Amino acid sequence: MKVPISWLKEYVDITLPIEELAHKLTLAGLEVEEIRYVGLPLPENDKQETKISGIVWGADDIVVGEVREVMPHPNADRLVLCRLDDGREEHTVLTGATNLFSYKGKGALDTPLKVAYAREGATIIDAYNEDDPEARTTLKRKKIRGVESYSMACSERELGISDEHEGIILLDPDAPTGMPLAEYMGDAVLDIAITPNIARTASILGVAREVAAITGAELRVPDLEPVMEGDPIKGKATIEITNPEDNPRFVLGLIENVKIQPSPYLVQLRLKLAGVRPIDALVDATNYTMLEIGEPLHAFDYDVLVKRAAGRKPKIITRRAEGGETLITLDDVERILDDFTVLVTDEAGPLSLAGVMGGAESEVTPDTVNVLLEGASWNYVNIRRTVSAQGLPSEAAYRFERGVHPELAAKGVLRCLEWMRIWTGGTVAKGLVDEYPHPFEDVIVELTPEDVKRWLGISLSASQIAELLKRLGFSVNIKQNRLIVGTPPHRLDIGEGMVGKADLMEEVARIYGYDQIPESYLAESLPEQVGNRELELEEKIRDTLAGLGLQEIVTYRMTSPAQERKVRPPGEDLQEPAYLELQNPISAEKTVMRRDLLASMLEVVEKNFRNRDRIALYEIGPVFIPPEGSDGIQEIITLGICLSGNRNLPSWQISEHEVMGFYDLKGMVEELLSDLHIPDVKYFPESIPGFHPGKSTRIESDGRTLGFMGDVHPQVLINYGLPDRPLPAALLDVASLLEGVNELYDVNPIFEQPPVLEDLALVVDEEIPAGEVESLVRQTGGNILRDVRLFDVYRGEQLGEGKKSLAYSLVYQHPDKTLTDKEVLAIRNKIVKRLEKEVGAQLRSW
Amino acid sequence: MQDKLEKLKQEAMDALDQIKDQDGLDKWHSHYLGRNSAVMDVFKKLGTLSKEEKPLVGKAANEVKVALEAASQEKEILLKAQRINESLASERIDVTLPGRRTVSGNLHPTSRTLREIYRIFGDMGFQIYRSREVENDLMNFQLLNFPPHHPARDMQDTFFIKSEEDREENPLMLRTHTSPGQIHAMQEHTNKYPDDPPPIRIILPGMCYRYEQITSRSEVQFNQVEGLAVGKSITFQDLKGTLSNFARRMFGQNAKTRFRASHFPFTEPSAEMDVGCFLCGGKGCSVCKGAGWLEILGCGMVHPTVLKNGGFDPEVYSGFAFGMGPERITMMRHHIEDIRYFWANDLRFLEQF
Repeated sequence: MKVPISWLKEYVDITLPIEELAHKLTLAGLEVEEIRYVGLPLPENDKQETKISGIVWGADDIVVGEVREVMPHPNADRLVLCRLDDGREEHTVLTGATNLFSYKGKGALDTPLKVAYAREGATIIDAYNEDDPEARTTLKRKKIRGVESYSMACSERELGISDEHEGIILLDPDAPTGMPLAEYMGDAVLDIAITPNIARTASILGVAREVAAITGAELRVPDLEPVMEGDPIKGKATIEITNPEDNPRFVLGLIENVKIQPSPYLVQLRLKLAGVRPIDALVDATNYTMLEIGEPLHAFDYDVLVKRAAGRKPKIITRRAEGGETLITLDDVERILDDFTVLVTDEAGPLSLAGVMGGAESEVTPDTVNVLLEGASWNYVNIRRTVSAQGLPSEAAYRFERGVHPELAAKGVLRCLEWMRIWTGGTVAKGLVDEYPHPFEDVIVELTPEDVKRWLGISLSASQIAELLKRLGFSVNIKQNRLIVGTPPHRLDIGEGMVGKADLMEEVARIYGYDQIPESYLAESLPEQVGNRELELEEKIRDTLAGLGLQEIVTYRMTSPAQERKVRPPGEDLQEPAYLELQNPISAEKTVMRRDLLASMLEVVEKNFRNRDRIALYEIGPVFIPPEGSDGIQEIITLGICLSGNRNLPSWQISEHEVMGFYDLKGMVEELLSDLHIPDVKYFPESIPGFHPGKSTRIESDGRTLGFMGDVHPQVLINYGLPDRPLPAALLDVASLLEGVNELYDVNPIFEQPPVLEDLALVVDEEIPAGEVESLVRQTGGNILRDVRLFDVYRGEQLGEGKKSLAYSLVYQHPDKTLTDKEVLAIRNKIVKRLEKEVGAQLRSW
Repeated sequence: MQDKLEKLKQEAMDALDQIKDQDGLDKWHSHYLGRNSAVMDVFKKLGTLSKEEKPLVGKAANEVKVALEAASQEKEILLKAQRINESLASERIDVTLPGRRTVSGNLHPTSRTLREIYRIFGDMGFQIYRSREVENDLMNFQLLNFPPHHPARDMQDTFFIKSEEDREENPLMLRTHTSPGQIHAMQEHTNKYPDDPPPIRIILPGMCYRYEQITSRSEVQFNQVEGLAVGKSITFQDLKGTLSNFARRMFGQNAKTRFRASHFPFTEPSAEMDVGCFLCGGKGCSVCKGAGWLEILGCGMVHPTVLKNGGFDPEVYSGFAFGMGPERITMMRHHIEDIRYFWANDLRFLEQF
């Protein structure tokens, strides 16, 4: 909402500096986003709490001038010379303004033209600078086509009012010649962001009411009784409301014999500053009234309605559209209507989209003589649905879809008729036709000082609370310390019961001042401290993985099936999985919720591998599985890890680089699981879609699958355009990890007895997994065998084809005594025998 | 014989003086004290001497041997000290060469900011509660006092999820804020304690989604941390106190706060909390756009309708709620101009934290 200060001052006195007012409005919930100065002096301090823009009109430089004669330029057809009085002396001013050409060569004008005159040395906006709309220029003496020029009659563009630059400003005839223009019509415009709960402030009067409440100044409500000198409206039109729920009130007024002409310049100026384009006095009056008091209005050409009624008196009917019904709106678009759209019609058919836009046929035109003026009240839901279905936002709909009090319908019509009368010279018919089937009952709410204390914490007396509410127009009666509060006839936002109390307490807090309410700390007893084990585990995983040299990433959770298809090589899993699909995707790359974290991560590898020799990433985030059978939508928090590139960072000390592979990642996964004390972890070779079938494994703990890891399938690397080198990746289910975490793990005592160290090399068939061998060694060794570490894997001719040698270093230690060679030998023989039996292992002879 | 030994000792001592290094010392040692040295030879020949001479020569030979051993050890210490001094004088490394690089991992900037928020509210007794990202209209809007077609919905453009069943006024959607978690948490709580429920004090972090074009200022996904306190004695004063305490811990003990009236359908009164710009001290800079204040969070007293929908009687209970954006806070603290950096995962960005 753009609010010219000059307009605001008509309804409330403002003594505060403009910035101070903006500050107070902002704290009270009417956030002033910008102050645009149009002529008035800018504030002097450097710190600008509110964004400030605009131009100052020098008091001595830019004044009201009087053009007494328009003469041809001796050397240029497209320029004219003006004889102009600036209140001090006469000047010859050169201009190319098209709106002066019609006065050219007419001699001295009977009625001089009032213009905005910039004297030599004045600073104005440089209208010819196309790169910078804010660029300034200072008027200097120069010759244009042989005629000396040093001053100028300004366009709106040059004074920062609008973009208009074809013609110059023609002021109203009563503008006092010689008066500084800033004094005559300088202004500052507050741009206020209006939240939905304060739609009542979408008018100058609405803002003035807030200003009055905040500053304690008095509100001056304009007199709404127009001069009505015409014949009564009664009998000239009737109204039929089909559904009062949709249309609680409908009011008509009539003005006859209007003369369509431009509005006074100061009216046009205000409309422009408020962001509305002036059309003619009739249309301007409806817009001006809407901006002034908040009621959108619609003007019909009365004679068109009479013609449509075949000469009879028009009957206005409001009703829902029939599905498929059409109307050509005044933007000349044929609208196909939905059955929730409410129409204003007559007996011949639709006239306008109620509260949204008028129809082309019945709109007022420059030839209109008699005007039937509509002010109404509409259900916001229908308005919203129509606006969104038709893609037709408008100033009127903006207000109606946020709620306009039915009381304003009549007030708006009365106010607008008066403006029309003044600006068009028409005659207003006596009275209104007013259909108001179910008058809106303003809410009564009971509030006590205890309520205020309970909700806001501050102790106010009943009379203090009453005083704050009265400043906003609420009526208040105090009975035995209870406030009986009546809502004023412009507000629809106050509820009933406890909601109504909260609504009022917000108003009390706002006008009392949020900044005046002291701070305190929660006196409420401390709730049960339950923690959040899942999140705590995730945080622990984050730390462990960062400690292992991995960078955390967070990726988009929206993707497309095509992007996820890249992690499934051809031939595998041809059937596309079902996705959680977005109904209104923002782009072709973000049409579904992801179900594969690896795809998200590989995109990050692809984006970074050209810049980095070593990439090591992890992400913890959900994947989304659509409903299957009896399961609803699942959001499964997954941990993804992937590695690509060199093990070491490039350095002057290291000249050769090894590329990370499966076992680098496995080491990290092992470290993570051991850090979480997840017991009994096993790795089973398994072919996993998207991974190299011979280099992938399922990870288990206690018989429960934790996840998978492996080298990503070479075809997948090609799909992402990644270099031909291993890309190990792991996907683990965070909930399963959480289930396996053992927080009460045992810590072993430290034995003082010397350990016996021994190496053991075994030759086994290639197919025998090393994990199985190690687990047999451990099982057989029992408690005495404290540690088993594989230190060599060897394949060679002397072992024979299909054989490998696994060499372990073993540590034997007894808690209480020093082991003898004999005792160690006995265990060792047991191990060898068991391995011989179970996996056909042979002791390797060196 | 004694003279011979004395001469030998003198000769050995003179030779020792000339020695410059360990190698020379070793040779000297084997020559004068080794198995075949002249001194050892004297010992070997003791048996051939007379009974009188034997102890005298033996004693003299031993004295020479002990003296030479002592001198040798002294020389060795001297030589070691010399070697150290030589190395100190000659060995130099370029200490300005970069150190050996260790691989180090890092948390995502949002994770870091979230942790700080968890820690501060955790100290004040707020527990962390998380809930789902795919919601329905009822949870995301209606129970939070956004009726269907309410204009406040305009401020939260929504991604809807396709559904095979006709869900009418309750479509599936991606949550536009973490606020539906308030309803989940309150309902769980009041179902667990149907009579006289104890107070609630939680924060609700998580990813939210809005249908917005991706620009340097707006993203389709962003994190939010919501907070909720419900009890029988919670006031707007408590809201101000709790959040100002948070601001002082998050942004420095001198951080000033300011509460402005605002509007959220699920709170009343509603407020925006601004924090005095911690980068310029409130003088005005590029981050606060000259205003001296930064918008940090939205907050307010829980709307009676929302309390009721959560199972609390608003005539008895009251509460406050707030919500903030960890990415926005991170951006302000580190002069980040482009929110797209957060999910773009360019390592050149992430590695700077």
